[in-house]
Amino acid sequence: MDISFIDKRLEGIYSKVLNGSRLSKEDGIYIYETHDLIGLGQIANHVRRSMHGNKAFYIYNQHLNYTNVCKNRCRFCAYARDRKEKGAYTWSIEEIEKRLLERIDEPVNELHIVGGLNEALTFDYFIDLLKTVKKVRPNATIKAFTCVEIDYLSKLAKLSIKQTIQKLKQAGLEMMPGGGAEILNSRIHGELFPKKINHERWLEIMRAVHEAGIKTNATMLYGHIETIEERVDHLITLRQLQDETNGFSAFIPLAFHSENTKLTHIQSTTAVDDLKNVAAARLMLDNFDHIKAYWVMIGEKLAQVALSFGADDLDGTIIEERITHMAGAKSALGLTKEQMEDMITKAGFEPVERDSFYNPIKELNG
Amino acid sequence: MDSLHNIIERVSTQKRIDKNEGLALFRQADLLTLASLANQKRFHYHPEKIVTYVVDRNINYTNICASGCRFCAFFVTHDMGNGYIISKKDLFDKIQETLDLGGTQILLQGGMHPNLEIDYYIDLLKDIKENFDIHIHGFSPPEIDFIAKKSSLTIAQTLLVLKKTGLSSIPGGGAEILCDDIRQKVSPNKCSSEEWLEVMRQAHMQDMRSSATMMFGHIEKDFHIFEHMDKLRNLQDETHGFTAFIPWTFQPDNTKITVKKKTSVEYLKVLAMSRIFFDNIDNIQASWVTQGDKIAQTALFFGANDMGSTMIEENVVASAGVDFMLPKEELIRLITMAGFEPRQRDCYYNLL
Repeated sequence: MDISFIDKRLEGIYSKVLNGSRLSKEDGIYIYETHDLIGLGQIANHVRRSMHGNKAFYIYNQHLNYTNVCKNRCRFCAYARDRKEKGAYTWSIEEIEKRLLERIDEPVNELHIVGGLNEALTFDYFIDLLKTVKKVRPNATIKAFTCVEIDYLSKLAKLSIKQTIQKLKQAGLEMMPGGGAEILNSRIHGELFPKKINHERWLEIMRAVHEAGIKTNATMLYGHIETIEERVDHLITLRQLQDETNGFSAFIPLAFHSENTKLTHIQSTTAVDDLKNVAAARLMLDNFDHIKAYWVMIGEKLAQVALSFGADDLDGTIIEERITHMAGAKSALGLTKEQMEDMITKAGFEPVERDSFYNPIKELNG
Repeated sequence: MDSLHNIIERVSTQKRIDKNEGLALFRQADLLTLASLANQKRFHYHPEKIVTYVVDRNINYTNICASGCRFCAFFVTHDMGNGYIISKKDLFDKIQETLDLGGTQILLQGGMHPNLEIDYYIDLLKDIKENFDIHIHGFSPPEIDFIAKKSSLTIAQTLLVLKKTGLSSIPGGGAEILCDDIRQKVSPNKCSSEEWLEVMRQAHMQDMRSSATMMFGHIEKDFHIFEHMDKLRNLQDETHGFTAFIPWTFQPDNTKITVKKKTSVEYLKVLAMSRIFFDNIDNIQASWVTQGDKIAQTALFFGANDMGSTMIEENVVASAGVDFMLPKEELIRLITMAGFEPRQRDCYYNLL
């Protein structure tokens, strides 16, 4: 496909992409620096279409944020509370069961379960949590716990990471989300989330999880204090691990929302940055199958546009997203399946409802 | 009909495409193909990396309207009891505040009040001009048409009187879709498409510039969009009076038309097509009021070279359930972050 670039420097990147050559760190930085948003989008769109054609995926899912009590208190987080703080909550296993049963008539295919590091919870709670979810929703996939939680659970259980994962797997864990990565870099770690596991540990746990045969996603929280170079390094770090394990399913760029955090002076990301992050991910992560446009963070309107800038997945219908909305997200609280399909169709793509592993959901009874 | 490739070739070599070619391109090309063509056109007409905006305020002198358009959530009828005509004090306060905020113009628009005749409008303009040095961009064609009929004057006479008392330019509102089959259904009491165009023709002949708008996403079909743009382009060939084209999407909340709101991709495609189609209108304006900040910024790569107004006050679209707010600083940030130099402009797109 011919592309008329406004920024001729993108021609070099495009020819590398056409030749199947891996993009370098310098290429990655240039992707963020160029002002030719449409030229960049066209390259990413070319890659996206050669991988997924006209398909755009979404999943019917439910989020369970079992507690907001967290001892880490990362500076970018508007969700966490101390144990005795106003608004702190922890769901009992019964409450979780009730929440699942409330929506039992809906065709939920995935439970996305993440929460804070709550010192009042025991390892048994998490085993019970998984078993209960599996009992109530035997046909839905459990995608639960970021590396941050896995690290913490292994300490609660006094087990190795490998043993911890095995226990969780036996109780029903089938997949893991990609959160807690933030920016994989010591400087950012020190400044924003010093109590959370560092990037070496995050990568070590991901490697162990992949080796245990559990697929995960990967994320990047952008738009706070990170530099462009740090973003690109983050992507390259993920690409290297993926070369080793092939355990990552999707990459999800997460736009930082500052409201109610300790970083309220930071202004929200703009659309150009959001779209560039999607395109950069598609182009740099040549060994990742899927790039998500997470509509909760960038809004439904821009997520729809992002399908033409490298994204092939709009994530979930999500009826009760809490974490980003606490930080001032203006997106809807949930989208229906019809809204999701309508958005995709009107963007010129074919909607495919998928399960956690990107298999299309076949409608029952034809 | 030409194949898609031929149409793209014509666009790329700066040849005019007709409305059928436009429709074919719109239907067949994907989002980024249209974006790329529009973006190239944008830099063809505006090679400098500048995005303009205007600091002004919408002043709606009355919300009482005899027109009763089905897409409108702003108007009230005379007997509903919650109608207003702006008081002189409110009017002056609003204008003073606009000037204090660095504003250069007011957009003066209102309902078609059944009891107001040309004397009211003359007094309104005089009052403003006697007290303030500010550009008055006011009275869309349906208002001019209404005032003329109400006062038994011709369009030309009405415009002349208003111009003499201080009206400088005409907003392009009330165009909706310039096809009478659509207008009869959505705004049966408003001026016809020919009357709308005639007001603009007369205004341009009296050296009053105007903008042009299109409200889409209600009951029109794709071909109506191209009929609309074709009529505007033909008039522009004649008069060269239009400064800018502003497409925006119908906001269905609180109106009598029940349709799904157009999505951002549909908006961006129409916006891009407008840049591709209008080879004789200089400026294309993004609509943050209907699209929000993210899509408005994205629109700068889909043909738009102007962000419109900082709008200290906006009431009409807000009544239909949209309440995007964008302070001047944020508008400037969006433009800058997109890699453009933000520049305040006047009504004629002169940089200030």
